[in-house]
Amino acid sequence: MRYLPLSDQNRSEMLAKIGVSHIDDLFQDVPESARLNGLIDLPNHQSEAAVERYFANLSAKSTAAGSGPFFCGAGAYRHHIPASVDHLIQRSEFLTAYTPYQPEISQGTLQTLFEFQTQVALLTGMDVANASMYDGSTACAEAVVMAKRVTRKKKAILAPGLHPHYAAATQTLASTLDIDINERGCRPGRDDNVIDHIDDDTACVVVQSPNVFGEIIDLAPIAEKAHAHKALLIAVFTEPVALAAITPPGHQGADIVVGEGQGLGVGLNFGGPHVGLFACRQKLVRQMPGRVCGETVDANGDRGFVLTLSTREQHIRREKATSNICTNSGLCCLAFTIHMTLLGDAGIQHMAALNHENACDLADRLSAIDGVELVNDTFFNEFTLKLNRPAVQVVDALVDKGVIGGVPLSRLTGGDDDGLLLVCATETNLPEDIAAYEAALKEVLS
Amino acid sequence: MNNQGRPTTPAAIAANGNAPETMSGSKALNQVEKLIFEVGTPQNTGVDLPAPKGGASRLGAHARQGEIGLPGLSEPETMRHYVRLSQQNYAIDLGVYPLGSCTMKHNPRLNEKIARMPGFADVHPLQPVQTKQGALEVMYDLSHWLMTLCNMPAVALTPKAGAHGELCGMMAIRARLDADGETHRRRVLVPESAHGTNPATAVQCGFNVDEIPANDKGRVDMTALRAKLAEKSDDIAGIMLTNPNTCGLFENDIIEIADLIHQAGGYFYCDGANFNALVGRVRPGDLGVDAMHINLHKTFSTPHGGGGPGSGPTVLSDALKDYAPVPYVVKSDNGFDLVEHVEGEAAASFGRMCAFHGNMGMYTRALSYMMSHGSDGLKQATEDAVLNANYVQASLSDVMTTAFDGTCMHEALFDDRFLKDTGVETLDFAKAMIDEGYHPMTMYFPLVVHGAMLIEPTESESKQELDRFIRSMRHLAAKAKAGESEMFKAAPIHAPLRRLDETRAARKPVLRWTPPEDLLDAAE
Repeated sequence: MRYLPLSDQNRSEMLAKIGVSHIDDLFQDVPESARLNGLIDLPNHQSEAAVERYFANLSAKSTAAGSGPFFCGAGAYRHHIPASVDHLIQRSEFLTAYTPYQPEISQGTLQTLFEFQTQVALLTGMDVANASMYDGSTACAEAVVMAKRVTRKKKAILAPGLHPHYAAATQTLASTLDIDINERGCRPGRDDNVIDHIDDDTACVVVQSPNVFGEIIDLAPIAEKAHAHKALLIAVFTEPVALAAITPPGHQGADIVVGEGQGLGVGLNFGGPHVGLFACRQKLVRQMPGRVCGETVDANGDRGFVLTLSTREQHIRREKATSNICTNSGLCCLAFTIHMTLLGDAGIQHMAALNHENACDLADRLSAIDGVELVNDTFFNEFTLKLNRPAVQVVDALVDKGVIGGVPLSRLTGGDDDGLLLVCATETNLPEDIAAYEAALKEVLS
Repeated sequence: MNNQGRPTTPAAIAANGNAPETMSGSKALNQVEKLIFEVGTPQNTGVDLPAPKGGASRLGAHARQGEIGLPGLSEPETMRHYVRLSQQNYAIDLGVYPLGSCTMKHNPRLNEKIARMPGFADVHPLQPVQTKQGALEVMYDLSHWLMTLCNMPAVALTPKAGAHGELCGMMAIRARLDADGETHRRRVLVPESAHGTNPATAVQCGFNVDEIPANDKGRVDMTALRAKLAEKSDDIAGIMLTNPNTCGLFENDIIEIADLIHQAGGYFYCDGANFNALVGRVRPGDLGVDAMHINLHKTFSTPHGGGGPGSGPTVLSDALKDYAPVPYVVKSDNGFDLVEHVEGEAAASFGRMCAFHGNMGMYTRALSYMMSHGSDGLKQATEDAVLNANYVQASLSDVMTTAFDGTCMHEALFDDRFLKDTGVETLDFAKAMIDEGYHPMTMYFPLVVHGAMLIEPTESESKQELDRFIRSMRHLAAKAKAGESEMFKAAPIHAPLRRLDETRAARKPVLRWTPPEDLLDAAE
């Protein structure tokens, strides 16, 4: 077995040293009724080549996003990732290290976390950020729980434009914690209404911008009303590249900003692993969930970094911890931070401009087709179309023409299909992809 | 697991006398590297993109104004930055990484290759179902392996880490209790040796935590448990128990514990962090378990990546399986499909735990690991893991003090009695291991043992490598007993940095880079 270094001779010598005659003697504490005789009914070991072939066959049974015209967003985005990113995250020293508990021999991971936290704070316009969460949806759920801790109130208002899966994940976590989720039906054009629902009982209002329909929301008035009632504004985003193009939530009064970082450095991965971003105001930092890296000095006075504020965490506080989170999304946040470092300010703004241009071009062409209406007033790189027939039918018909044309809203809500289709364009879409979509949609709707 | 204890401050130490200072600050292969904010500028970039054509903006009144402040680096500068930083990290590929409860085993590179195949890595979670059949088949096959290895009828794949899996199991228990009208059952028993995530999870699910003590053999104190249940049991929701437990010992009364909890009307959550001691030899389903998370990043070799991403699929018993979270994969005559909403056959589901289907990138890696080992190899790996731990224990028990008598499972637990009166503490001993070229073991955990040192070598270590490790450990134990406490207090001296001041970091947290004062002044 290629992964097991011990030889049979090693094994006998080691058993002798331990003072037992057979490996079974080391399993003597297992109750007799639970001891297995023989092997479990699964295939035996296979060569590298055999395993690789098995997976290659399965891989070929899915349509890779990069293999043709592709326009899905709605929480996961396909961007070009520079080759150096994947090379660097596969270095053994990053890939095969644990959480940096021993800072003297983990400065590589720790310094990149410190840089990551700073980049996230700058991008979101916030004071501080943590060292990542599992994904954007769990970050959103944890933010709502945090708002209850901070305000000691329990009403959470979720805006209608919040990604339905984020709302559902939040509902799940909140369901056992005595938090009242005030959720409105997921429909376009209603986010401003949340203002009317904010009152003195409100702990937080959760608003996504750009929202799940792609519409950019003016957060400032919502923040103002929330603050007047001692509630927190939790701003959510699913596309980090958007924050390079639009006024960041931190500049509009958000108290906590959470979102998905997958668009930078991390591929689609069929939904995971992704990387949750979590940023907040300095004054809230001790209520923040998750791991945090901080600067300090070593015994020689040299600068170094450590995991800090661990007295919030489960391994110290146990049942009084701010969250049960332990592992986060380390390697994905490394990929994010390397991609951000390659881009820099100039690169990310440039990339954002290309996304916006492609989306504008696509929106113009598609909305000119009979039976198609653009729902949005504003958008960054994704928008919503209202089709004159069920969106699922249209998407299926587009697949037959080689185009993956977007995400029907009904896929996210489980509700009726009323022709709403979420469409995304990024810098990876070539002019011929956009032309192919336009031609295919014309045919499908004709 | 983090087992580090509370923040520490190093004693003041004179400047490092061992190595002469250099002009650059670097020492041969150990290169000093500044922060990106100190070397890059917002104008630099390491990517080439086509020029924007320029056109009307649809951003409305919300276009971002001004600089973000993100420094950019060219590709060669980027490579240097991260390669230099990487060389300040310890890693499994570099040496023994015996963190107890963390299962730092080898990460096969075949798995990395497979995870990057386009039909898995470049597939969108919301693509039409007919365009992602291969990816769904991987999830289906992985489920089959996990359910078979555990002898359990269902598995929820979506939890994104071990603690997320705990949440999944406890949410399922709560949903079942609520469905049965047992909403008064809110007390969860947790042994005092449990991982910190257990009580934190129970509370996050709205339960109260009631600790149960350990006996002098490191297992659940059955007398105390029976007494607790006899006193009052109508509010019992269940028990959270790690097996093998955090002392590295199999809970030999586990079937009786399961029976007692079930008789009391509760459910048995098993923390599967230590499943690496059981795979192929013991099936949790045969022990009366109702729910158990499996850390794919421990037992099934997906890389820890400096702190994730993990993956925590959670197996569920017949009693709980209807309450599993959405989405999940189903197979029909037309191929594979996803059940994504709480309705129809999933009407009892406790809901959704994350945006999509969990960590696919870990599913491919874990399944590749399992298929490579096969049923025979998985059993052998388990036996080797247990053998290696017992070999380390047997080879050190005359110079260090084992916490409990008898053989262990996949990890060996020592306490600090052997350091009594030496002036050396567990922390110092750990830091001296760094100078010997090893990552320290888990320390100060479990809490039931004074100055705990928990060593989990895993099956990936050769006998030669273990013998070398054992020689170092024996050498350090001898030095401590010989009164060389100063050497320990000063350690590490060969690492990139000396001991870090954690107290200072926590007291005045500096969590991000900010421009130095002079730069700010110049900008005004």
